[in-house]
Formats: sequence, C-alpha cells, structure tokens
Amino acid sequence: MSVLGGGPLDRGASIGSRAGGPPAARSRFEPAAVKSTSIALVSSVVFFGLLAIVVANAPGWAEVRSQFFDAHWFDYSLPKIVNAFGVNVQLFCLAEVLILALALLLAVLRSLPGPVFFPLRLIATLYADTFRAIPGLLIVTLLGFGVPGLGIAGVPTDPFIYAVVALTLVYSAYVSEVYRAGIESIHPSQEAAARSLGLTRVQTLRYVILPQAVRRVMPPLLNDFIGLQKDTILVSYIGVVEAFRESSIIQAAKFNSTPFVALALVFLVITIPLARFTDWLVAHDRRRFLAGAR
Amino acid sequence: MNASDPATHPALEISGLWKSFGDLQVLRGIDLAVAEHEVICLIGSSGSGKSTLLRCVNLLEPIDAGRIAVEGEEITGRGVDVNRIRRRIGIVFQAFNLFPHMSVLCNVTLAPQKAAGKSKEQAEAEATELLDRFGLADKRDEYPDRLSGGQQQRVAIVRALAMQPDLLLLDEITSALDPELVAEVLNVIRELARGGMTMIVATHEMGFARDIASRVCFLDGGVILEQGKPSEIFSRPREARTQQFLERIIEAGRL
Repeated sequence: MSVLGGGPLDRGASIGSRAGGPPAARSRFEPAAVKSTSIALVSSVVFFGLLAIVVANAPGWAEVRSQFFDAHWFDYSLPKIVNAFGVNVQLFCLAEVLILALALLLAVLRSLPGPVFFPLRLIATLYADTFRAIPGLLIVTLLGFGVPGLGIAGVPTDPFIYAVVALTLVYSAYVSEVYRAGIESIHPSQEAAARSLGLTRVQTLRYVILPQAVRRVMPPLLNDFIGLQKDTILVSYIGVVEAFRESSIIQAAKFNSTPFVALALVFLVITIPLARFTDWLVAHDRRRFLAGAR
Repeated sequence: MNASDPATHPALEISGLWKSFGDLQVLRGIDLAVAEHEVICLIGSSGSGKSTLLRCVNLLEPIDAGRIAVEGEEITGRGVDVNRIRRRIGIVFQAFNLFPHMSVLCNVTLAPQKAAGKSKEQAEAEATELLDRFGLADKRDEYPDRLSGGQQQRVAIVRALAMQPDLLLLDEITSALDPELVAEVLNVIRELARGGMTMIVATHEMGFARDIASRVCFLDGGVILEQGKPSEIFSRPREARTQQFLERIIEAGRL
C-alpha cells in the first residue's frame, strides 16, 4: 500500500491507521484508507499511462528503444556487468570501513576543546573543507594518474589502491561532518554527568558520547554509504575495470547502450533495500523518541 | 598540620569563591565550611548561584578566585588531578542526566569499573546491593526511558553513591519531578542523612530543608547572606531579604 501511494493523501491515511489500534488489521478495511488507496491507484495509472503514451509516440522512440532497451544485448551484458560489479562491491566495502574509522578520528579531533588542540582542530577542519570542495572525479584522477606518475620506487601502481584511497579521502570528509553533528547533538549535561563521576575525557567520549552520537546519525551515515556505492563508478576513469567500465567496453564494441541500463538496474537492486532500511531506521528512532526517550 | 588527616580539617572548606559567566557575576565571595556528617541546605531564589556553587565544588566549572579544599586538600590549585577529586565528590543533577543508552545496572557500574578500576563482578555486586537498598532491584536491567522520573532520580543517586563519595552534592533534585514523585526521592536523602553522609543540598523544598538540614544557608546576589540552624532561619530570619524570600515561598504554599 505504501509503495503505491507516497502522495500526501496516502500518508495521511497511514499515519491515521498507525495511531489507532492494531495497524495492519484495521487500516485495510477503514473506509478512509480504502478510498485514499483507490485514489492513489487511479491517479498513478493515469499519470504513468499518459507518460508511457507520450514516450511511445515520441519521434525518436524506436531508435532509443533499440539503442537502450534491447533484450538481446541486455541478456548478453548483464552477467558480465554483474561479474564486474564484484569490483565495485570490493571497492565500497573496503572504502566504507576505512571511511568510518578515519572520519571518526577526524570528528573527534575537531571536537577537542581548548587552545592546546588548536593545530589538530585546524588540520581536521582543513581536511574536511578541502575534500568536500574538490569534486570526487578530480581527486580520483589526480591521485590515480599523479602519484604513480612520480615513479617513486615502491609506490603501488595498481589503480584499485588509488581508487580506494581517493574514495576514502572524499567520503571521510563528509562522514566526519556527520559524526561531528552527532557528537554536538549530545547534550552537555551527559558529559557533565560522566565527568562528575570521575571518568576521563577520553572515557566519557568512548562510553557516553560516541555510542549515543553514532546511534543518532545512523540514517545519514547509511545515506552516505549509498552515495559511496554509486560513486565507485568514478574510478573507472583511472582504469579500474569495474561495472561501469565493463558496460562502456561492451557499448563501444557492440554499438549499443543497453549495458548502461542493465548497470542502472544493478544499482537499483543494491541500493533500494538499503534506502528502505534507512527509512525504517528513521521511523524506528522517531517512534522511540515519541515514546518518551530523553 | 597533616593535610590528609580528616579529623583536623572540615570535610569541605570554601573561601573567597568568585565566579562569573561573562559579565554576569554569579558568585561574589562565598565562604563556607562543612563538617563531616553535616547536611547543608542551600536556599535562595533562582539565579542566586546555588547550582553554580555546587558545580564549582565538583570542578565542573573553573573558578575565578578563591579556594576550595576537601579534607584539607586544596582542589582548585594547579596540577590537581580533577578525575581523582571528582571520584570523591558525587553530584546529582536536577535533570537526572542518566545515560539513556545503558541499562540501570550499566549506568551505576560504569564509573566504578572505568574510573575506580573495580572488577565487573565487584562493581555489579555493589551496584545490585545499592539498587536493592533503594527499592530498585527489579529495575536493574531496564533502560532509563522506561522508568518514572522518581525512579530515574533514585538511579542517579545510586550512580553517585556507587563511587562511595565522601561528599554528595544535590542540585535541586526534585525540581523536575511530578509532585507525587517528590517524596520517594526525598526519603532516599533522609536515609542518607541518617547514615551520616555529608551533603550539600540546593533545594526549593523548604519543608524538607527544615527537616533534614544541620544548617541552612540563604544565598542572595552571589553571597551567603544568612546561615544558621533551620529553626532560626525559618522562624526568625534576621535579614530583610531572607524574610522576603520566605514570605514568597509561604505564599506559593511551599512551606
């Protein structure tokens, strides 16, 4: 039901049904819910039907269909793309672990109080500013072509390594800001309570502040993780043969762009469950908050 | 002369304590000596500096001038290990400040384990005993948001007691409670007072202060304007400001 809807009407209905009694059993037969669901259904059919008619009657539709939606090339490219997508998965899993650790370190550095820690705060701030300012593709390019180009002995030449480093640099800058927002959202009275018991600053951070802060920023963290997954295709530029690169190779060889549509579908399949999980987490948190969590 | 001999020194000695936040002078020369087993009640209108005084004693606020000594040891000097001092001084806050992501037991055992270096088993055994003593044994594994305000505040008191402090500071601990929950918390404090715990209690509950205090201090404009036995302060206040304050309290039906 909620998949069909999403409009304001449907939302009103589902909130109403959640507030009153056992949710699933009642809402299905409530007249208001039935009515708004039917309206959502009819309006969706009309809207998407019209859209389909417009597209199908477009002068270039036949051309676009054979170029992007060719069943033969889809069947041909999908297994190859899925296979290459394994590299993307390796990329974002490895990078995500590094990102979560590095970003946490940066966020903690930035929240250190007092003048003594000014240099550390400065470094962390400059880092976040720099790597959020420069487009990801540029970082990937500069690192991937620049550093091996130096020709220093012992410096790795595998573009995969530069891909992981570049993605880590870019995303840890964003994620450190997310962590920092979480840390700053914890009321100072929590720190006062912990310090008053004789816990050190580090213990307070470790046992009291961070567990609460991380829990609070789970949804934006997952959001950035989705962003990272998609941005793994940027590293195709420096020669990592991942799914986008694979699609491009097929496209160039067969003069057909269906592989890109196939890749888009792969991303949908991977990221949508994560997006729904994020939504669920947000809703779960809100329920907890409404239940009177302080 | 022996600085660590408690017999020759008051439990707490504050002299010439000044504290301001920006241009706002909150404490303007506080002198106060607290003997062991004494219960001091701080009364006075909001903004008179009661909470700030307690936070200064716990070293949660740096002071501008003066000195604070615990059993003869100056705690406001340079190079003092604040964590060690804070382990000896417990504080309970108006808003409980329990750790919401931990069970009651973990709230209570965190500091004994991490700050006092006790084993998990010992910390848990002591915590269970304390929780039991204050009627919270069945709440051991609950999370704070599942407890009533009164229960939360009692857990906060147990959390402070678990560090076995020499001195307990209570900062308007019933102000955030529904009226019907006040008594259960005050009874805990009464029991602690009977047990000889040295306490400084900032409170708006005048009946309670009269009951429990060995000495009542009236704070006004950042100084202790008047102090004495509860019977003196509440029945025959000398200062006009104290009289005014108590009259307003009586009008509000709090005495």
